[in-house]
Amino acid sequence: MSQAAAALAAAVFALAACSREAPPEIHFTASNVTGATFGQDFALPDATGHVRRLADFRGQVVLVFFGYTQCPDVCPTELVRLAELRRQLGAEASKVQGVFITLDPERDTPEVIGEYVKAFDPSFIGLRGTPAEADATARAFRAFYQKVPGSAPDRYALNHSTHLYAFDPAGRLRLLMQSSAGVEAMVKDVRTLLAGH
Amino acid sequence: MKQNGGSLSLLLACLLQSPAWAHESAASDIQVKDAWVRGTVAGQKMTGAFMRIDSASGATLLSATVEPAVAAVAELHESVRDGGMARMQAVKRIDVAAGQGVSLQPGGYHVMLMGLKAPVREGGTVKLRLHFEQDGHGHDVEVTAPVRPLAAAAGSAGMGHGMPPGTGHQTGQGATK
Repeated sequence: MSQAAAALAAAVFALAACSREAPPEIHFTASNVTGATFGQDFALPDATGHVRRLADFRGQVVLVFFGYTQCPDVCPTELVRLAELRRQLGAEASKVQGVFITLDPERDTPEVIGEYVKAFDPSFIGLRGTPAEADATARAFRAFYQKVPGSAPDRYALNHSTHLYAFDPAGRLRLLMQSSAGVEAMVKDVRTLLAGH
Repeated sequence: MKQNGGSLSLLLACLLQSPAWAHESAASDIQVKDAWVRGTVAGQKMTGAFMRIDSASGATLLSATVEPAVAAVAELHESVRDGGMARMQAVKRIDVAAGQGVSLQPGGYHVMLMGLKAPVREGGTVKLRLHFEQDGHGHDVEVTAPVRPLAAAAGSAGMGHGMPPGTGHQTGQGATK
């Protein structure tokens, strides 16, 4: 009982401390999903076979995008925006990690995904699990995708959600960035996260 | 004599490539410009071709074909973004509105090149044949599309920037089927 009371007191104190130290308003252009219970972590092999997890990127803002390399325009456009975001961050770019998770491991081999993401920014990491792992990760992130049959069995397309998941340097999911957001606004949001807000 | 013949060929070649000639063609007023293809890395089996299409009197793009050495098939596709989702679907036709034209650009209409035989690399070109219908007649337009980097930005056809002059030009037009 007294332990609980102490914990409560500590929590209240911490909250009070936070509200004193934090600026009056933390404004993000992106959707603020701080405290979300989805998108907690991933554990998928990169192009070299190393399993990467969110904890590997502590101290960095991690931006996660789900897509597939046979995607003709939406995925490249998003990755171009991510690369532009890093360019605009200048010296702070090293504190931002772009992660591309394929929803199409059947066609996106490790070789394809590795070369693909690096064509946009050499720092980007492409992750590819088994189809079951890709599906489980998408579900855990509430990323939607759906196979659309094409004119031949290997010519299917994927309908998929297009937002970026932004994690703060402590590894907490904080923002969902919409594909319609301007890069400048995204840069501002990332800087806010890097500042520890 | 031989020299003259060479000069004449050159002159003819220049005339044939001149936009003025293209514009004056009576066969059709369909104009295709700023065509480009997104480059790929090894193992990618698909990519998109983008361009600007204009016609004063209007036309309908019904299909496209690609050099067999480049890809197995070309299809007309449309990307649609709604509610945070990107959807892609094949379309049967792309209308070229009279006087307004249409832009095939990332995030919208594109010619999908499927079953690539080899990576499409920056610096190369891809020849496409576009099949239009105009006033009840078929018209084929051949386009030579330069390959841009995989990471090419979306700004392109119809956006008024990004294309050096003389690229993505129409190599022939108005050939009635």
